[in-house]
Amino acid sequence: MTIELPPGLAIQKVDERIMTLNVGPQHPGSGHMRIIVQIDGDYIVACDPDPGYVHRGEEKMAEYRNYITNIPHLERPVIHDSCNVLYPYVLGVEELLGIEVPERAKYVRVICSELNRCIYIMYWLAIYGIFLGHSTMFMWPAGDRELLIDLMEKISGARVTHAHFVPGGVRNDLPANFEEVCLRQVNYFEKRIKEYAAVFYDNPILISRTQDTGVLSREDAIRLGTTGSVLRASGVDYDLRQKEPYDVYEELDVHSPVMTEGDSYARSKIPWLDMLESCKIIKQALEKMPKSGSVRVKLKPNPKGKGLDSVYKRVESGRGSLGCHIVSDGKVEPYRLKLSVGSFRNLIALPYLLKGEKLGNMPSVYWSLNYWPVEADR
Amino acid sequence: MSVIAPNFKLSGFIKSIIDDVVWFLLIFSLIGFPIIMMVLFYIPMPVINGELLTPFLAFTYLADPTRTLPIVHAFMATDMFKVMAFPGFGFAALLAAGTIFVERKMLAKLQLRVGPFYCGKVEGILQLAGDGLKLISKEIIIPAKADKPIFWAAPVLFVASAAAFVALIPVAPGWVVADVDMGLLGVFAVIGFFPIVTILSAWSANSKFPFIGGIRALFQMVSFEIPLILSLLGVVMVTGTLNLSEIAASQSSFPWIVFLPVGAIVFFITMLAELERIPFDLPEAESEIVAGWLTELSGMMYGLVQLGTYLKLYAFAALFVVLFLGGWNGPMIIPPFPMEIATEGIELGPVTAKIAGLPIFTQEMLNGTLWFVLKTVGVIFFILLPRGVFPRIRVDMLLNLGWTKLIGLAFVNIFIALALVYAGVLGPGGLQ
Repeated sequence: MTIELPPGLAIQKVDERIMTLNVGPQHPGSGHMRIIVQIDGDYIVACDPDPGYVHRGEEKMAEYRNYITNIPHLERPVIHDSCNVLYPYVLGVEELLGIEVPERAKYVRVICSELNRCIYIMYWLAIYGIFLGHSTMFMWPAGDRELLIDLMEKISGARVTHAHFVPGGVRNDLPANFEEVCLRQVNYFEKRIKEYAAVFYDNPILISRTQDTGVLSREDAIRLGTTGSVLRASGVDYDLRQKEPYDVYEELDVHSPVMTEGDSYARSKIPWLDMLESCKIIKQALEKMPKSGSVRVKLKPNPKGKGLDSVYKRVESGRGSLGCHIVSDGKVEPYRLKLSVGSFRNLIALPYLLKGEKLGNMPSVYWSLNYWPVEADR
Repeated sequence: MSVIAPNFKLSGFIKSIIDDVVWFLLIFSLIGFPIIMMVLFYIPMPVINGELLTPFLAFTYLADPTRTLPIVHAFMATDMFKVMAFPGFGFAALLAAGTIFVERKMLAKLQLRVGPFYCGKVEGILQLAGDGLKLISKEIIIPAKADKPIFWAAPVLFVASAAAFVALIPVAPGWVVADVDMGLLGVFAVIGFFPIVTILSAWSANSKFPFIGGIRALFQMVSFEIPLILSLLGVVMVTGTLNLSEIAASQSSFPWIVFLPVGAIVFFITMLAELERIPFDLPEAESEIVAGWLTELSGMMYGLVQLGTYLKLYAFAALFVVLFLGGWNGPMIIPPFPMEIATEGIELGPVTAKIAGLPIFTQEMLNGTLWFVLKTVGVIFFILLPRGVFPRIRVDMLLNLGWTKLIGLAFVNIFIALALVYAGVLGPGGLQ
C-alpha cells in the first residue's frame, strides 16, 4: 500500500545529481512558507513554492461578523500595510450601504494609505537587504520607518494595526498641527531614502548580483497575472491609482515608476521609486485637503445591505492590486467576502523565474516578487 | 511547580554554594589538615636565610615580591609563556576579543543603532563574556546521522589550526613562538588546513545545508589560496628570505607596501575571502543556506569555531602588517617607555618593597609591540568595514574574481618585484 504524499515530502529519486532542499518554513530566507528547491550543483532545476503555513481563514471569519467588527481582523494579513488592506473593503461597504464620504475624509485616507505604503515598503526593503547579506540596509529602513509610524500613531493612536478606515470616512480627524509635522517628517524621510541609493541601489556588487537574474518578460508578466511592482518592473504601466482612480486620486498627480528590464534589480528598485512618488502624493494631498470639515458619516448601529447585492472594489496596495469582493444578502454580516491579493498572484511567477537560476539568486528573486506570505495565505 | 526545571533563584544558588563551602571546610579541617600536619612532621624542613621554613613561612613567601619576581622572570623566559601568554594565544585572544567588541559597536554606529549596551554597565563591554558563558552552558546537540568523532574533532582542529597560524607571527624583535626559517611556507601550510577542517566538519554533519556551505567554503578557500600565495611571492623576492622575523626586520626604513601596492591589494582581498568576511561570506550565507557549514554546530562547538575565526582574523591582519606594513618597525614614541621599568625596577609606595625590573622587556620590544598592535588594529578595522557597506557576492562571481582578476594581478605584482630586484633598486646591494 502506498500513501500519496504531498510534493516535497515524497522521495523523488530523479537523478543522482539532483538534491532536494526544503527552504523553509524554518529557514532564515523563506518567510512563513516553504520553497521546495531541487538543485543540480549550484543550479536550480525545479522550484515548488508551498504557501499556506499562516492561513487564518480571514474570509470565513468575515462571514460571522458584521460590517463594522470586520474592520480590525481584515487588516491582519499585512499589519504594516493595514490601511491599504482595509481600503477595498471599506470602499465596497460604502457602495453596498450607499454612503457618501466627506471630501476631507477622502484626503485623510489617501494620506494614510500612502504613509502605510511607505511603511510596508520600508519593511520589505529591510528584509530584501538582509536577504542579500547587506546588514546596513536591514537596519536603516527599519529605523527610518519609525518616522512614518510615529505619524500614523499621531493620526490613529496605534503604531501598526490602525483600524482607522471605517465605512463612511475615517475614525478620527487629524490631530491639531498635523499638516506641519507631517510635511516636516515626510521631507526628512524623502531626503533619507534618497541616501539609500548610494549605499544600496548604486552599489556595484548589488547591481552585478541582481541585474539579469530572474528576468520576467512583459508578455510573461501579463500572462501570469502579476501585479504591482512586478508588473511595472516588466514594462507594463499599470497602476490602479492612475487607471481606476478611487477616492481623490483623480485630482492628484500620480506618476507610478515603470522600468522595462524585468529583472530582480528593476523589481527591487520599483518599490523604492514608489516611496519617492508616495512622498510627492502626500505633499500634494496635504496641500489640496480641505482645512476643515467632517471626516465621518455617522452610521446607525449594525448597518445592513440592501437585499441580494455584490460589489468588487480594488486598490493599489504596496504589493499590487488588492481586490475585495463582498456579497451581501441583506443581513448584518456579509454573505461572502473574498480578498484577491497581489502577493499570491506574484508568487505564481516564482517557479518560472527560479528555473535555471543559481541557488545564490534564490533569496533576491524570491523577495523581489514583493511577496508577503501572510497576505497570500489570508 | 515544575519538577524537571525549577525556576532559578539567586538565594537558592547562593545557599547551594555556601553549603558546598561548609562541607569542604568541614572535611578539610577534620581529615585533610591533620594529614598535612602528619606529613610535614616527617619532612625535614630547610633553613632559608637563617630561618626554619615552616608552613606558615612558606605561605608568606607567596606574597613577597622579592622572592616571587625571580620565579615570574624565569617563567617569562620559557617557551610556555610565549605560547600561552605574550606573542601566542593569550595576546591573540585578547586582541580577538577586542575585535569582536569593536566590530559590534562600530557596525552599530554605522547602522544608526546602539549595539551591546547593558552587559557590563559601560557600553556593554562584558557582552562577549556573557555570550561566552551562554555558549558554554548550552547543550551540544549532535545530529543523529553525524559522523560523531569527526564532527566533534572539527571545531577543535579549527582552533588548533588558527592557533598554529598565530604561533608563526613575530610581534616584536625576538618575540615569536616559532621562529622558523621557513615561516612563510609554514603560513601557507597552515592556511591549507582550513578548507580541510571546514569540509570535514560540513560533511560529517550529514546534513544538506552544512554540506552546501562546506562545498562553497572549499571552492572559495582553494581558489583564493593561489592568488594569496602568488601575491606574497613578491615580498619573498625582494627580501630573499622566508623567515617572517627577517622580513619584518628588513622593513626598518620603508614598508614593502610602498613598492608592492598591487600585491598588498591582492593579499587584502584574498584575506577577506579566506576569512569568510562580507562580501565573501558565502559559506555562511544565511538567507540561502541557513548558517552554511556552521548550521549543525551548537553550544561551545560553535563558540570554538567563532574563537578560531577571530584568531584567524587577527593572524591574517598581523601577517599583512608583517609582510607589507613593516611589522614592529616604527619611530620611538615620545615620551619613550621609561627604561627603569624594564631594567631597574620601581618603588611601589613607602611601605612595599622595591620591585625588581623585568630585564627581558627592553625598550625596543615595548615600542615595537605598540607599533605592531596599532598597525594590526588598523588593518582589522579595514577588514571589518566592508561588512557595513557591501552585500554578499555570488559564487560564480567570486570564482571569476579569484581565478581571472586576482591571479593576473598577482602575476603583475611578481613582475614588479622582479623588475625592482633586477634593476638593483631592492634586494642585495639595493636600498634597505
